Amino acid sequence: MQGPAVSPLPQYRGGTATDTGWPGSGWPSRCAAHGGPSPLANLRHPRSGPGAGHETRSRDRAGRAAKAGGWTGAAGVHDQMPTDISPVAPSVLSPVASPVVSPDASPDAFADLSVTNLVKRFERFTAVNDVSFEVERGKFFSILGPSGCGKTTLLRMIAGFESPDSGVIAIRGRDMAGIAPNRRPANLIFQHLALFPMMTVAENIAFGLKRRGMAGGEITRRVQDVLERVGLPGYGAKMPAQLSGGQKQRVAIARCLVLEPAVLLLDEPLGALDLKLREQMKVELKTLQAEVGTTFVYITHDQSEALVMSDHVAVMNAGRFEQLDTPRNLYRRPATAFVAGFVGETNVWSGTLEESTGDAGLVRTDEGAVFRARVAAGLARGARVDMFIRPEAVLIDPDGVACATGDAPGGVTDGAAGDGGDAPLPVRGASADLGNRVQVQVQAILFDGAASRLLTHPEGSRREVMVALPQNRLYDHIRPGDRITVGWDDRAGICFAAGSGQ
Amino acid sequence: MSAATHSASVKTGPGLRLTLALFLTPVVLWLGLLIVLPHIDLLIMSFRMDPSFGEQGWSLENYHQFFAEPIYWLTFVRTAGYSVLVTLLTFLVSLPVAFYVTKVVARNTSRFLLTMLLLPFWVSELVRVYGWMILLRESGVLNHWLTALGITGAPVEMLYNDATMIMGLVYTSMLFMVVPLVSVLESLDDSLIEAACDLGAGPWTIMRTIVVPHCMPGIVSGGIVVFMLTLGNYLTPNLMGGKNSLWFTEQIYNQFIASFNWNQGAAFGFLLLALSSCIIWLGLRLTGQKLSRVVQ
Repeated sequence: MQGPAVSPLPQYRGGTATDTGWPGSGWPSRCAAHGGPSPLANLRHPRSGPGAGHETRSRDRAGRAAKAGGWTGAAGVHDQMPTDISPVAPSVLSPVASPVVSPDASPDAFADLSVTNLVKRFERFTAVNDVSFEVERGKFFSILGPSGCGKTTLLRMIAGFESPDSGVIAIRGRDMAGIAPNRRPANLIFQHLALFPMMTVAENIAFGLKRRGMAGGEITRRVQDVLERVGLPGYGAKMPAQLSGGQKQRVAIARCLVLEPAVLLLDEPLGALDLKLREQMKVELKTLQAEVGTTFVYITHDQSEALVMSDHVAVMNAGRFEQLDTPRNLYRRPATAFVAGFVGETNVWSGTLEESTGDAGLVRTDEGAVFRARVAAGLARGARVDMFIRPEAVLIDPDGVACATGDAPGGVTDGAAGDGGDAPLPVRGASADLGNRVQVQVQAILFDGAASRLLTHPEGSRREVMVALPQNRLYDHIRPGDRITVGWDDRAGICFAAGSGQ
Repeated sequence: MSAATHSASVKTGPGLRLTLALFLTPVVLWLGLLIVLPHIDLLIMSFRMDPSFGEQGWSLENYHQFFAEPIYWLTFVRTAGYSVLVTLLTFLVSLPVAFYVTKVVARNTSRFLLTMLLLPFWVSELVRVYGWMILLRESGVLNHWLTALGITGAPVEMLYNDATMIMGLVYTSMLFMVVPLVSVLESLDDSLIEAACDLGAGPWTIMRTIVVPHCMPGIVSGGIVVFMLTLGNYLTPNLMGGKNSLWFTEQIYNQFIASFNWNQGAAFGFLLLALSSCIIWLGLRLTGQKLSRVVQ
């Protein structure tokens, strides 16, 4: 890690998506090279070092997605997207290129998957409530939501295992109503993969081809091809029980890909893998998807999986799409309180809106502190609000009183960072935007390597506030019981109507 | 068991060994005195002539008699063939039932249906067969309604033919096929069926390529039980097949009770034992199953 000028994406040099953090010297990296950091991490330590750690953590997430997908170039375009996004408007789904589909267009002009006003009820419970979206050819689309939000039902309806109560599912422009799962050009990768244990790997993969009545020689050739493509040449004669978790995963994918489906549906297939392998498979899946160009629809409750792999993510809650956007926009500009709380980690302060002009406002918390924050549309003065602030957006000791030893070389400015409508990065050393200050007492240090946190209570309050603790040695002096000042950018916090996140 | 005995004796010495011996004694006595000894006696008997003939030496005459008299070995072959047929029919009837109970209906309904399946078996086989006879006989319930509705002009005798006998045998042995099938089907992950469907397979292909291969241990163990019970069944063929049933157990019965030729009866008994062992061995070989796995 020599310096920011050497590599535009220095934190990804390892080529893995593991959250290794930033062992660097505290140099601010040139985030401008890939579209700028998240607005929530849009903070600079006024002096030099400490802030860089914060940035890296949050940027890391967005950047990993960029790296893994190889769509760094497009990311800048996504950044230009408007902040207010209607969760179900199909037009915002394809911000890069959205061809207007006319009725007499060739089949190629249709989105690979289009879902319109889909509803599914189980007796009185509505599992999927008026969901609409479109997935363009070759995109990696994720549906992210807590368990029980209806995402599995949605996926099973697309696969054909459940039939919708109303609404239309079309694959490549063809209405799928009344078409059985074995006749749909969509294949599903099951949560536990569902490899046939009584068949060899080759027989598993050949299963679908045999059902199509393909000749034996052709089947053998295709099975070998696809095994090579997923990196398992020569594994055809093994039984699934002899394979490791990651290998089974690849066989399951090969078994579907060999059929060249229009849409590949994935039902949390990484859920059963251990952490290290999961991190590895995320990158592998994304690379494979980019390589084969098949449209993927992936459902998961793991936000990291969705953010890293996807071109677009829909956050689903209680049967509805809360927001549908690019991964980095979800993180930076959550449209609802639920998204703010579900994507990434967050602290919540409840309070009252004192003042609001445009999307900026002043919040008085229940403890009496006053903070500047962004405000969601439609909130009037005096409204009860929840303010969300990410731990990685909170800076320890923003005025640099306690750690004035930071003697890092200056001169690197990121003033040119274009962040598509967000406020430009403050020049290093300027603390003008870091308007929010609060005194907190450290309760515990939650050491977790790069993801280390401080558990703190604001003075005179029992509210728990998580503060990211960068592992750059600058904060080694902090001990439980210490009183420290923390601060964050005026635009780092975001307010939604109180209780709307449930 | 030897391992358990061994480790137990290592741990606590002769005290525990005595306890174990006490526990095992009834079982050993039961097996030895009531099963092994009589069988040995019968085996010896089958190689001797009827004492009424006078001479008391070893002889293969009883076995020779079996092959010399066509009615004996024809009955034998007929019994074997029908038993295989009954086993197959029982499987064909039981598989959809077991599949429906485990995979199609909801969990609560499934338990209810399983209880309904078990319920008739709380009554003895004899009573159930009499039940069938009341339904099917010439003056029975079914004939009453058939004539009353004008479907048949005169009552039809439905008992005492091979078809009725086969149906009765399938009915009596169905439970012994359904229970093992239900247990193997419960261990079949639903997503395997869905995956097969997703990959383009129709219902028949799923049955043939996924369900049946998975159920093979249950099918074979159920098949063995059903086959042995059918082969050795006396009651159902006798009551529902009548005099025409020509079931081999009846030949054995006749030798023991009617002809009072215990030596001949014993030889027939051992021939039946050899037959069932052979067919089960053949069945295991054909399906590629191991007996040790199936009996688990």
